[in-house]
Amino acid sequence: MLRDITLGQYYPTDSIIHRLDPRVKLGGTILYILSLFFVKNILGYLVAALFLALVIRLSKVPFKFMIKGMKTILFLLLITVIFNLFLTQGTPIVTFFGKVSITYEGLKLAVFMAIRLTFLIIGSSVMTLTTTPNNLTDGMERMLRPLKVLRVPVHEVAMMMSIALRFIPILLEETDKIMKAQIARGADFESGNLLQRAKSMVPLLVPLFISAFRRANDLAMAMEARCYRGGDGRTKMKPLVYEQKDYLAYAALAVYLVISIGIG
Amino acid sequence: MSLILEHVNYIYGAETPLAIKALDDICLEIPDGQFVGIIGHTGSGKSTLVQHLNGLIKATEGRIYYNGQDIDEKGYDRKALRSNVGLVFQYPEHQLFEIDVFSDVCFGPKNLGLPKEEVERRAKEALAQVGITEEYYTQSPFELSGGQKRRVAIAGVLAMQPKVLILDEPTAGLDPKGRDEILHQIKKLQTETGMTILLVSHSMEDVAEYVDRIIVMNQGRVMFDAVPREVFRHYKELEEVGLAAPQVTYIMHALQEKGMQVDVDVTTIAEAAEEIVRCLETLH
Repeated sequence: MLRDITLGQYYPTDSIIHRLDPRVKLGGTILYILSLFFVKNILGYLVAALFLALVIRLSKVPFKFMIKGMKTILFLLLITVIFNLFLTQGTPIVTFFGKVSITYEGLKLAVFMAIRLTFLIIGSSVMTLTTTPNNLTDGMERMLRPLKVLRVPVHEVAMMMSIALRFIPILLEETDKIMKAQIARGADFESGNLLQRAKSMVPLLVPLFISAFRRANDLAMAMEARCYRGGDGRTKMKPLVYEQKDYLAYAALAVYLVISIGIG
Repeated sequence: MSLILEHVNYIYGAETPLAIKALDDICLEIPDGQFVGIIGHTGSGKSTLVQHLNGLIKATEGRIYYNGQDIDEKGYDRKALRSNVGLVFQYPEHQLFEIDVFSDVCFGPKNLGLPKEEVERRAKEALAQVGITEEYYTQSPFELSGGQKRRVAIAGVLAMQPKVLILDEPTAGLDPKGRDEILHQIKKLQTETGMTILLVSHSMEDVAEYVDRIIVMNQGRVMFDAVPREVFRHYKELEEVGLAAPQVTYIMHALQEKGMQVDVDVTTIAEAAEEIVRCLETLH
């Protein structure tokens, strides 16, 4: 029941996108998202859509997996569209009750915002679906390394992120298990009003918290037993090295950026 | 009055690249009052199988009947099913949440909508059945020992007074003493109340002494389904799927190979001892 959340879940298959260096994918995703905000006309979005479609095609991940991630932000998307639609000043198209009106500018903004958000989510889904969490944090750690000069604990932050990511599926599974165990004891998580439902979460949340703390404790102990003491002087078993395909990917990205900024 | 499974199939993560067929054409009939052991290696589908029996997982294909009624039919009272078919999960102590032992055990019967007196009566009865005395009632369940926690958690299901009790690896992670205690109490419960019991385990040793029937699962299929002595005759095949017969079976076979005329079908240590004594006496 809880396994339907795909946002931030890896889809295991072998594709050129999967094999790219995580830094390329991270940087690419960030640049792609930025490009979405520079683009100001439909033609620019068309280019963005084509680029995204190409990457999805190359990644060999079924399109419906990308869409699944959209479900979680559907509500946010709806609110954004409604706000933009009704609260933008400009030339009115339709007016309700003499006060609230949909303007031409509002409509345009709402449509663009919806496209932007959709592409943004799908674009970042492509990254998380094709990159294992470990790879992703490795890439992040490497990219943020210059910040070390400013005494930012880059390694520690990356380690915390990878642990947090690693724990998502574990805790989901645990939630599923505890939920089932309580349902087997007659618990009801689905009916009743808001207050009753909130109350019915107690038998789920208490064991979940306890288990999270227990696991955290075990993990800390296991790390200490292997002499983990932070990032200083630590080497990598698999250092990230750029290959030809990564340079090609950067080149493709540059071409995309030039075109989209040129048109948009 | 029984549980019947007809051609049950279950696929985890259907339509994803991670799809796994967990159950493959399972047909079973479990009559009332039987003590059944479900044995299988990790990933053989035994836990998935038992979660079907109280409707926590819906079969991808096939039908499950409890007392003649299809449990997946629309409008079937799942809550009543769950009170009749009690399921104790693996590491059940992880589901404890209340501030004291007694209220935690009350959670199940309370959810059945019973009056307060009945809820408390059942909780007391269930706690007595698992050997938890009154001095523990007001303690936090998190302060108990591992074995005690587990017994409290089992009591939490027993308090619903199910007709069928399913226990998924109830002895996992317990020391030998704790394991024997739990198994003895389960056996006692079965003889006293006539409850149907399904005991899931990966260890033959655990169940050989107690059960009437063993169902061996392998890769989502029923491999053997017979009385213990019959199942243990296939000890070589059991080894091939990562299981083993109880140690007495090996000893008896070894003795037979050395020329002793022992009955290799004995299942418990006590029976084996008797059989060896009998053989030695006939020699003299």
